[in-house]
Amino acid sequence: MIEVLIVLIIASLATSILGVFLVLRNQAMTTDAISHTILLGIVLAFFITQDIRSPLLIIGAALVGVLTVYLIQLINQTDLIKNDASIGIVFTALFALAVILISRYADHVHLDIDVVIAGEVLFAPLNRIEVFGFSIPRALWQLGILLIVNGAFVALFYKELKVSSFDPKFAYVIGFSTTLIYYMLMTLVSITAVAAFDAVGAILVINFFVAPVLTAYLIVKRLDHLIYLTALFAVLNSTLGYLIGYNLDLSMSGATASVAFIIFTIVFLFKPDGYIVLKIKKRRQRKEFMHAMILMLMNEDEHETVTPGEISRHFSLTEPETKKQLETLEVEGYVTRAEDRYRLTVRGEEFTHYSRIKYGLKAH
Amino acid sequence: MDKDIIKVNDLIVAYDDEPAIWHLNMALKENSITAIVGPNGAGKSTLIKSIMQLIKPVSGEVWINGSKSRKALKEIAYVPQKGEVNWDFPTTVLDVVMMGRYVHKGWLKRPNKKDREIAMSALRVMKMEAFRNRQISELSGGQRQRVFLARAICQNAGIYIMDEPLQGIDITTEKLIIKTIKSLQQEGKTFLIVHHNLDTVEEYFDHAVIMNKSVIAAGDIQDVWTKENIDKAYMEMGAG
Ligand SMILES: Nc1ncnc2c1ncn2[C@@H]1O[C@H](COP(=O)(O)OP(=O)(O)O)[C@@H](O)[C@H]1O
Ligand SMILES: [Mg+2]
Repeated sequence: MIEVLIVLIIASLATSILGVFLVLRNQAMTTDAISHTILLGIVLAFFITQDIRSPLLIIGAALVGVLTVYLIQLINQTDLIKNDASIGIVFTALFALAVILISRYADHVHLDIDVVIAGEVLFAPLNRIEVFGFSIPRALWQLGILLIVNGAFVALFYKELKVSSFDPKFAYVIGFSTTLIYYMLMTLVSITAVAAFDAVGAILVINFFVAPVLTAYLIVKRLDHLIYLTALFAVLNSTLGYLIGYNLDLSMSGATASVAFIIFTIVFLFKPDGYIVLKIKKRRQRKEFMHAMILMLMNEDEHETVTPGEISRHFSLTEPETKKQLETLEVEGYVTRAEDRYRLTVRGEEFTHYSRIKYGLKAH
Repeated sequence: MDKDIIKVNDLIVAYDDEPAIWHLNMALKENSITAIVGPNGAGKSTLIKSIMQLIKPVSGEVWINGSKSRKALKEIAYVPQKGEVNWDFPTTVLDVVMMGRYVHKGWLKRPNKKDREIAMSALRVMKMEAFRNRQISELSGGQRQRVFLARAICQNAGIYIMDEPLQGIDITTEKLIIKTIKSLQQEGKTFLIVHHNLDTVEEYFDHAVIMNKSVIAAGDIQDVWTKENIDKAYMEMGAG
């Protein structure tokens, strides 16, 4: 079973490393289209070779993947319809054609639509090949090579990928072919999507490409950090997905996709400038401000000693709230209590002085 | 100051069937600070994009240093109009400025320590070195413009082409940018700048191209900056 986990992790890493640049270029939808339309390439190549294991299937898929990108851009250039609409047209047209061809002519062979679309990593170890005398799952071999190729691509073309994703016009002007970079990226995306099919299926492949990136993107502010953190989330998502899928007897890729969503949500809520942390910070700020206001009031001559009742009326706080505030201030040594009257300590007086500066109020 | 470093001959540019530039001729004098002035929609950005070969003209030619090839563009540092890049991109100020060095690296080669030093000194010129590790999304409009000028300086090009660099920025940044431009002129650089504020043209520029689809007047600022020429450009809107 450990082989299943390894396949899942390698698939996750090989896809998400390219996913970094897909997200940065707003190409998630194009990727989704590719991951479906390449089925047409697989089918056509299968008709030629009649062999479901032929490497020609990967080439066919890559060609249709690039064709998909080209057609989307072609329709975009007409300016007749919006980008997402042209993606939709190309996506559905090519994918439908593939499905028709399969159900009409390839029903008898093992081109099981269910498996291609939904994927099942559990089957991966069943289909093995010999590499240097070792028997390993074919998916692991293919995805392993692609992880190396994709990693090398990003490492070698890091600067070109960066500048053409950030400022394509500038990249063009200083002499880089943004079109070449884009098509290299999309070709690798197509090939990787085919290889990941077996493991994760066409529907969920998009999740593997972009989910770890979107999570990492919430936190980092540098491209190299984004890549490392993406890899970390890719491993985390697939490991947790594997454990959950294994123990609850669910689809592993489905579980991985769900984990990815949950982790994204958690990071979104708890990241340093995220929703929860901001709420907590706001509350603390309000509390500190209230403390300062109480101390400043007590620094005025006519309020040298006060009762909780006076304070609660002055600031329209409830009595228990006021009591809690005063108790905190007493513990922290800013006020002292004699029976039910409070007065400032020296420390409290100093604090009011700094508070005035902090909140930009004029000196007393 | 007599050589024409950029020449535009009989340029026509259209978006679909809508001509944005019509039989335009102009020349950029070497070592000048030249303003491109004209009303909204006059085709100023289109002219600049045509020079940068980002748009394919219907007809006409652009010569840069006597060449029409794409390589000649490397002699130009281009600062696009605001908002043309992805501001949420995970990259720091120093990173962006360093991109100016990429033009000297070509494919595959990485910038080195020397490039980093050049980038840092460009940041110092624009008084942005303290912000070098900031993500660009955390900058104000004026700071962003400073970063882009620093990137241009880092490129060490002979010609600077900028599209409304002073639009919507604070006065301190405006003064700093103008001061920097004037001192770069002393070093022999040439500037072509789209400018929107008619009140400061005479103070900032020594040459001007007044245009509205085609050139109304061009040349030395003393000769062309007349009420008559300005009126002509701003009254003829949409006349073609
Ligand atoms: N991408 C575009 N597609 C269609 N029309 C455009 C496009 N860009 C500019 N235009 C039109 O071309 C004309 C000139 O635009 P532009 O060069 O941006 O003017 P300026 O920079 O002087 O304000 C305007 O009428 C504008 O609406
Ligand atoms: Mg413009």
